[in-house]
Amino acid sequence: MADNGPKTGPAPGDRTVIGITFGNSNSSIAYTVDDKAEVIANEDGDRQIPTILSYVDGEEYYGQQAKAFLVRNPSNTVAYFRDFLGKEFKSIDPTHNHASAHPQESGETVAFTVKDKEGEEETPSTLSVSEVSARYLRRLVGSASDYLGKKVTSAVVTVPTNFNDKQKAALTAAAAAADLEILQFISEPVAAVLAYDARPEAQIADKIVVVAELGGTRSDVAVVASRGGLYTVLATVHDYEYAGVALDKVLMDHFAKEFLKKNSGAADPRENARSLAKLRFESEATKKALSLGTNASFSVESLSAGIDFASTINRLRYETIARSVFEGFNRLVESAVKKAGLDVLDVDEVILSGGTSHTPRIAANVSHIFPQTTRILSPSTETTAINPSELQARGAALQASLIQEYDAEDINQSTHAAVTTVPHITNAIGVISLSESGEEVFVPIVPPETAVPARRTVLVAAPKDGGDVLVKIVEGNTHIKVTKPEPKTKENGSKAAKVEDAGDSDDDSDFSDDDDDDEEKREKVWKIGATLAEAALRGVKKGGKVEVTINVNADRSVMVTTREVGGKGGVRGTVSA
Amino acid sequence: MDPTVVSLPLPTLPEGWAAEKDFKPVGKITKDGTSQRTIEPVGPHFLAHARRARHKRTFSEDDRIQAQERAKNVEEDNDSDISEPEDPMMLQREAKDWKSQDHYKVLGLAKYRHKATEEQIKRAHRKKVLKHHPDKKAAAGRTEDDNFFKCIQKATEVLLDPTKRRQFDSVDEEADVEPPTKKQLANGNFYKLWSRVFKAEARFSKNHPVPTFGDEKAAKADVENFYNFWYNFDSWRTFEYLDEDVPDDNENRDQKRHQERKNLNARKKKKAEDNARLRKLLDDCSAGDERIKRFRQEASAAKNKKRFEREAAEKKAAEEAAAKKAAEEAAAKEAEEKAKADRESNKKAKEAAKNAVKKNKRVLKGSVKDANYFVEGDASAATIDAVLGDVELVQGKIDPDEIAALAGKLNGLKVSDEIKSVWKGEIARLVAAGKLKEGEAKVLA
Ligand SMILES: Nc1ncnc2c1ncn2[C@@H]1O[C@H](COP(=O)(O)OP(=O)(O)O)[C@@H](O)[C@H]1O
Repeated sequence: MADNGPKTGPAPGDRTVIGITFGNSNSSIAYTVDDKAEVIANEDGDRQIPTILSYVDGEEYYGQQAKAFLVRNPSNTVAYFRDFLGKEFKSIDPTHNHASAHPQESGETVAFTVKDKEGEEETPSTLSVSEVSARYLRRLVGSASDYLGKKVTSAVVTVPTNFNDKQKAALTAAAAAADLEILQFISEPVAAVLAYDARPEAQIADKIVVVAELGGTRSDVAVVASRGGLYTVLATVHDYEYAGVALDKVLMDHFAKEFLKKNSGAADPRENARSLAKLRFESEATKKALSLGTNASFSVESLSAGIDFASTINRLRYETIARSVFEGFNRLVESAVKKAGLDVLDVDEVILSGGTSHTPRIAANVSHIFPQTTRILSPSTETTAINPSELQARGAALQASLIQEYDAEDINQSTHAAVTTVPHITNAIGVISLSESGEEVFVPIVPPETAVPARRTVLVAAPKDGGDVLVKIVEGNTHIKVTKPEPKTKENGSKAAKVEDAGDSDDDSDFSDDDDDDEEKREKVWKIGATLAEAALRGVKKGGKVEVTINVNADRSVMVTTREVGGKGGVRGTVSA
Repeated sequence: MDPTVVSLPLPTLPEGWAAEKDFKPVGKITKDGTSQRTIEPVGPHFLAHARRARHKRTFSEDDRIQAQERAKNVEEDNDSDISEPEDPMMLQREAKDWKSQDHYKVLGLAKYRHKATEEQIKRAHRKKVLKHHPDKKAAAGRTEDDNFFKCIQKATEVLLDPTKRRQFDSVDEEADVEPPTKKQLANGNFYKLWSRVFKAEARFSKNHPVPTFGDEKAAKADVENFYNFWYNFDSWRTFEYLDEDVPDDNENRDQKRHQERKNLNARKKKKAEDNARLRKLLDDCSAGDERIKRFRQEASAAKNKKRFEREAAEKKAAEEAAAKKAAEEAAAKEAEEKAKADRESNKKAKEAAKNAVKKNKRVLKGSVKDANYFVEGDASAATIDAVLGDVELVQGKIDPDEIAALAGKLNGLKVSDEIKSVWKGEIARLVAAGKLKEGEAKVLA
């Protein structure tokens, strides 16, 4: 971290810590009680607090109230600014700021010009994005302090995985200006994983987790290897095309067209800034309603040229018109898995995070990519799922409570590369068992992409009659076995049919594709690799069990320990690196 | 972590397995079986890891930099690849003419075209937005002309929608590779030139992998497979993109329907034309494909060779059969001639023998005549009869050889007694041999 100057944070004992998600669209604050994370509702009762500031008559508004001013006071309202922190003007995307204060170049950074003081004679102020962030964070922290009844001093803050050091430094400075110590930045997907892993019923296991964070203006997917509670990000993809606002746009277009159909001759509400703002505001509300109900209403007073407009839409219609966006999410998730060098069959869990993840269709579509055995953690697919909008803040709060006792320097030392960069084994290590048909099969003990040193134990059945047992330790690899279905006999007449559907194939053509019918069967199978060691365990009791423990050391040497469960002695040996 | 329980049993120890302390190291973790990665400094288990790793040690700035460099980076630079120069003419484009714009060129992806990945398109889009967003131009005091920005948005909309992208790719002439002209082909490079054509055409294939054209050394099976695949090409190419606009208002439903039908027919026609185009391409290509000629020649040479062999074999067989037949005929003739000769010589011998017998018989008869029938003076007819009767009796009892022998004994004898004694001897011999009964020969005994 490139923060300059001496840090004068509070002493560990004096801290009051929270977790903060400082999102581009929304932010959240959370704290922990009795190891449980809770997201705090602000004074407006919001747990997802729009990352927006608005100035009216010298009065500062933030959150939902500021968002409401996007209709009446857009030029003095600052929204979608988080991603501009630590960036130069030439590398920012101003798309989402069109309906609010526009970003402008200001030296090395980006700024907004708003009238933040009362009085006709006051000139507008140019606020750097750091200043805007500081003001916003102050409001967030103030809200948390009010709730907790004591001044919040420090926070763990979530950031996207591609937030660079410059951006982090800018955020640290903005927080400092708001009198907030940032204990640590943690990446958004890992915060979501931690939120799930910290649940009391959660069991620490080795698993591959895909975290799909579908937000307002961007979607980020990360593939995380979760290994005994240590998390390694294997791949990430970032996307600025398919996100919540793309779904808003679909509904905006839909209702605009409905409006024009009903009011022929009226002006298109999309052509007028104010009408457009109203359209956007209500479309988003309708979209959220469609996540819960199968029907939602849309109603705007004086949508265009004084004409009120009310309509309804059912979920099916919505899912039809938004199909191409939904499909974009699916492709994004698939591309992340591919980028990690994995197959969908390798994925144990998918965590859907971010506001857009409330959408049932998205969860259903994503679940279709993966095998039945993959858990899809979203409200519509798993009743015990955590609210996707709260995952990051909860993760941040949990991390904050974990490290609040540490000196800043201690945290700094513990989180830097010398500690976090560690060797990972790329092949699995396991033991050979026999299948029912007597063939050798690989039983993984330490999965691939596990950070070392690592230690894992399995209990394996002994041969039926006991006796002397061979414990053979090998490397293993997975590959995907594809079984093609029996080819269908449709040779005759297929030629003619082809010409036909080529002629009038339309947008629905991939639905009628007959690929779906003859789906091939794909399964993940382990391949036995090189043998690392053999050990003999003698005189095992009939019906006994054998415990095999593998220790992979940091130097890549492997220690094998095996003994009969409940027996004494055992065998131990080391394979050198 | 609780240990996993595995129900599939371990194998029993093989007969004769032995190792010191029952443990036998065999191999090592595969050489590139590890990589440096960054674990997230998050969660209680990381804290334990950090404690172990640091163990009262403070890492220097150097340590951190080195460690950072070793770690596999999962975030790539965003400002990478796409940087094609922007044609000033293109920047002047009107957004409403989006149908005729080259979407790839607008996004700076002209050299990728149908090969551009979705991620490349998204990155290219973002890069263009950063540069051309009208709000940025306005902020910089330039005019708020958002025409090209709209072109960018349209290009992205088309290219990120798989259906629309296929429609555009279907008619993306920039990605077409024209078939080589005669002149080009005259310079050789037949395989390279056509390879390029088919590589471009392959983008329309529903089936993958698409067999490649190969070169002059390609095996017959591959070439056959190539033409087979391409003559049965299953193309996703469609021509919606060239549809004429359908009137959007609700008023003119009939006109709308009419236009839709017209479009549909136009698409069908274009599709058929495209199929014909591809077929012609294949015909032209295969007509000049020396490999096909060679395979044909080789095939006919092989066929000829077979025919020659067969004919030679037939000829040989015929010759052999003829020779055999001739030999058989010769043999038969020879045998026949021999038989004839044999027969003839037999006849002669028989005749000779007969003659000899006759002659000898004459000798026998002559001998008794010479002996004057063993009487003095003229012999009576009865005597002569009796003597000759005996002579004939004897003659009748003996075979030609004996006749000859007897004649031999008698030949030259003139003295009656000598002659008589020969006869007497002969008769005695015959009687002794049982061929004559005692007293049967009356006078000569
Ligand atoms: N219940 C819901 N159903 C569908 N979309 C929702 C829901 N709640 C929030 N959203 C959408 O989620 C997006 C904001 O997600 P969030 O994770 O807060 O974004 P960011 O990460 O960009 O700050 C917005 O587009 C919002 O409309």
